[in-house]
Amino acid sequence: MDSDTITAISTPLGEGGIGIVRLSGKDAFSIVKKVFKTKNKELKSHKLIYGKIVNPEDEKIVDEVLVSFMSAPHTYTRENIVEINCHGGIVPLRKILELCLKQGARMAERGEFTQRAFLNGRIDLTQAEAVMDIIRAKTDAGREIAVSQIEGKLYDKIKDIKEKIVGLLALVEVNLDFPEEDIEEVTVEKIKKSTKEIVAEIEEILETADDGIIFREGLKTTIIGKPNVGKSSLLNALLKEQRAIVTEIPGTTRDILEEVISIRGVPLRVIDTAGIRKTKDVVEKIGVERAEKAVRESDLVLFIVDAKVGIEEEDRTIMEMLKNKKSIFIINKIDLVDSEKVEEIIKKIDERPVIKASFKYGSGLKKLEESILNLVFKGEITPAESILINNSRQKGSLEKAKKNISEALQGIEEEIPLDLITIDLRRGWECLGEITGEALEEGILNKIFSEFCIGK
Amino acid sequence: MNYLAGEYDVIVVGAGHAGCEAALASARLGCKTMMITISLEHIALMPCNPAIGGPAKSNLVREIDALGGEMAKNIDRSFIQIKMLNTKKGPAVRALRAQADKTSYHLKMKRVIENTENLDVRQGIVEEVLKKEGKVRGVITDTGAKYFAQAVVITSGTYLRSKVLIGLNSVSSGPQGQMPANKLSENIEELGFKIFRFETTTPPRISKKYVDFNKMKIQPESKGKMQFSFFDRIDPYPEKQIPCWLTHTTEKTHDVIKKNLEKSLLISEEIKGAGPRYCPSIEDKVIRFPEKKKHQIFLEPEGWDAQEMYVQGLYTSMPEDVQWAMLKTIPGLENLKIIRPGYAIQYDCIDATQLNLTMEARHLEGIYFAGQVNGSSGYEEAAAQGIVAGINAALKIKGKESFILKRSDAYIGVLIDDLVTKGTREPYRMLTSRSEYRLLLRQDNADLRLTEKGYQAGLVQEDNYKKFAQKKEEIENGKKFLGSITVNPNKENLEKLEELGTAPVKSPTTLAQLLKRPEINHEDLKVFNYEIINYDREIIEQVQIQIKYEGYINKQLEQIEKFNKMENRKMPANINYLEIKGLSSEAREKLTNIKPHSLGQASRISGISPADISVLMIYLEQLRRKEKMK
Ligand SMILES: Nc1nc2c(ncn2[C@@H]2O[C@H](COP(=O)(O)OP(=O)(O)OP(=O)(O)O)[C@@H](O)[C@H]2O)c(=O)[nH]1
Ligand SMILES: [Mg+2]
Repeated sequence: MDSDTITAISTPLGEGGIGIVRLSGKDAFSIVKKVFKTKNKELKSHKLIYGKIVNPEDEKIVDEVLVSFMSAPHTYTRENIVEINCHGGIVPLRKILELCLKQGARMAERGEFTQRAFLNGRIDLTQAEAVMDIIRAKTDAGREIAVSQIEGKLYDKIKDIKEKIVGLLALVEVNLDFPEEDIEEVTVEKIKKSTKEIVAEIEEILETADDGIIFREGLKTTIIGKPNVGKSSLLNALLKEQRAIVTEIPGTTRDILEEVISIRGVPLRVIDTAGIRKTKDVVEKIGVERAEKAVRESDLVLFIVDAKVGIEEEDRTIMEMLKNKKSIFIINKIDLVDSEKVEEIIKKIDERPVIKASFKYGSGLKKLEESILNLVFKGEITPAESILINNSRQKGSLEKAKKNISEALQGIEEEIPLDLITIDLRRGWECLGEITGEALEEGILNKIFSEFCIGK
Repeated sequence: MNYLAGEYDVIVVGAGHAGCEAALASARLGCKTMMITISLEHIALMPCNPAIGGPAKSNLVREIDALGGEMAKNIDRSFIQIKMLNTKKGPAVRALRAQADKTSYHLKMKRVIENTENLDVRQGIVEEVLKKEGKVRGVITDTGAKYFAQAVVITSGTYLRSKVLIGLNSVSSGPQGQMPANKLSENIEELGFKIFRFETTTPPRISKKYVDFNKMKIQPESKGKMQFSFFDRIDPYPEKQIPCWLTHTTEKTHDVIKKNLEKSLLISEEIKGAGPRYCPSIEDKVIRFPEKKKHQIFLEPEGWDAQEMYVQGLYTSMPEDVQWAMLKTIPGLENLKIIRPGYAIQYDCIDATQLNLTMEARHLEGIYFAGQVNGSSGYEEAAAQGIVAGINAALKIKGKESFILKRSDAYIGVLIDDLVTKGTREPYRMLTSRSEYRLLLRQDNADLRLTEKGYQAGLVQEDNYKKFAQKKEEIENGKKFLGSITVNPNKENLEKLEELGTAPVKSPTTLAQLLKRPEINHEDLKVFNYEIINYDREIIEQVQIQIKYEGYINKQLEQIEKFNKMENRKMPANINYLEIKGLSSEAREKLTNIKPHSLGQASRISGISPADISVLMIYLEQLRRKEKMK
């Protein structure tokens, strides 16, 4: 059967962090070829081929992958299938899926690979019922997902955008279908403005749409800094109990200490470490090495300096260590100095979020929590292990809608007649996913008749 | 008492716009046909506005023409003004509209019908449709004449149990004082059809003599010769045309209306049918849009020398004295005299979802419905259904495959699919926004889309078909020609381009590529000493549209390809939807009622979800495999 190309993450993240993005359909090969760079000249069917997934927009490498191209009909669905195996964790996995959607694949419905396998004669007749069950379950699952917070919000925003497109279409259509009415005239300026707004809104949603990830394990967060800067004090403050020993003696914490906390539902595994400094003390030295290892393994680092002491040589070493890490810079004990001193310190550090705090007196903690959540929801940090709730579908729809609405805008700028512009606007609306029973034509007419006085 | 008065292949009940097209199509396809009408004086009557065409409607008229119908030719012979609308917009919504001489339109259609071979006409009121062994067998009239037939096409318009309302008076009557068809309505109900009650309003007609046109804005015809039909040139073309006039209501008009609202039966909600939202009464407009201080009123003459002027925009069912008072407040009508008051009419129509796409009823073989009785409104919409019903009634009798136009073929396809698949709860008017493939279903290319189909069905005459084939070839040649001539970036050409106000070319560029630029027209290409010579304007228009909008046309073709995949998956008529596991209960019920003929049609039924469609796909595949095993 000659059908469109579907894609999905088929193995979320298995043993050893390997995940698979799978595509099926007539354009599966050409879609993947647009993002897959390999030295192999020939893409042999049913063989694993090593290469890189590269974002064609900015030429950035997304992940190293093993890809197998499988030509129809000897495949599960009897269509062309491509499987992209990647090991870089959840972020690249999602990125690859999104790239495939951008290149023209459509997000698969639940059970759709199996459905195709059946429709194309791959699966036995006796299994047909099972396939129908999956499809039925899909509608229920769909409802469940829409209820989940992350998805629900996005769903609402998409609905808003659809409404806006219908409103714009109604204004255009009423002018086309009722040429002699004395109604609000649609001007090119007006349409340009509205389309621009719609595109901007889609872009904004795409930028701020969180990654839809929820965590099975906490986000590994390591507190680091020279001795006595207040690391253990921070752990206690986050825990809201005196878990770690706090003294004025530098080097109090000798080994790493791990605790699980939750910031507004996001679980964190916080690790307090021994202060880092040049030392001859064997026990402390081991502690420092462990701290370094903890940094390497963590998703996020909280780096503290003492406001009174300022930035010293050890701090520079730490900053070197944090080069490729997500980290937040904390200036503690600001109660001991005046603000000029704090500003001086800030000048000396390179780009990363800075929090001014006094953990002994509880200030700066809120800011820190917010800053952590921000990074999580922007998708800038994601734990190595996580469960994924998929909003890639909506994001894919939004990308396609944006493309169509942008084409409408381009058409307007080229002075293409309005009846043609509506083709792109309508396609844009259709991209935003169908909600059962919703017909565009009816929506437009309802708007026309409720908002315009027609009657010739 | 009744007696056997005759036997026909097809009987058409009604002689409005649907009835005329149905009867002509059936007779022209060689079926012995009879048309029965309540009044011979009202064949092809235009009881409401004196115009044919307009956005989406002109597409319907031209589609009927391409299929071999009569409406386009008949309006070409009888218009008093013709105008192209939406000229400043794009090709998809340009629309031709003609003001008709109503009497002439009626008489000319009557002559055509009287002179058509195989077609008889008689006056009478059909009271009963005869049934035998689950099939339709004929009709009986009020005077006891019994006619046998294999197919009956009901095109009863607004006559079923119709009631006319003026003010607080409600009279059992058809349009313009005609007899209503009451018994037939009951009979149709007995035959198992669900009945809805619809309503529509018509404005008063006033006397031309008393109008002060100096206070109004003239609305002249468009420049240049225009016509609806692709085939017969208008000859001689009328030397002069008659204008329409534009005026408006005033705040005084609105005061009169507001003061008298309780005098309208419709507004006081005592009896309410479902009225059209696109054509509200002036009472409705004043209530719903209080912020509007005036509403446009067009005065349209009803004929070359007719006294009646149609007061477009003043649909009302207010009492006559209030109509007078209202009209007097309109600039230019201070001294007016009413010829006929405006009125509302309520009538029975059937639930068209009980029909197939051929217009035949699903549960009763041999009975077809077309026109306003199916819940549509408008002459053009009626005629479009009429021709399809007539063709199908004839084809079935001849044992040939049915004639169905898809949504991607024609507005006629959109119209019938909407009525039959979705049904309508208000009088259905065609609008371009109802079509998903508007750019391809233009009024200028209806012949290119449909002549072949009309010819296959047997309705398009040989010489017209040849004309069409030639036109098609010339368009192709014209396109090839423009694609074959290149403009090189030499000094002379660059100067010419600059003069045309368009960007220079960097490499040899074809005329076709230049034509794609928004600012370039075919006319402009003449500076390069090339033009598609010796071709009609019509051909040049086609070449230009096809080249200029190629990108958008391709987008629509892509959409149609997708659409057709679903349309081509036929659903067997005998599926028992109640047995299919996995369908929602709502889907089971709706599918059982509507019995879609394709998966695509099923997907357009309200309440059918994508999951239901997936289930149906699997079910069809199961069926296919079981079939294969046998
Ligand atoms: N004035 C002031 N003192 C603080 C603040 N935060 C921590 N201190 C004090 O600084 C000292 C060291 O605090 P800790 O939390 O033990 O520091 P640490 O970084 O864990 O030290 P080591 O474990 O020795 O590396 C204690 O006496 C704290 O009370 C603060 O915001 N202001
Ligand atoms: Mg400590």
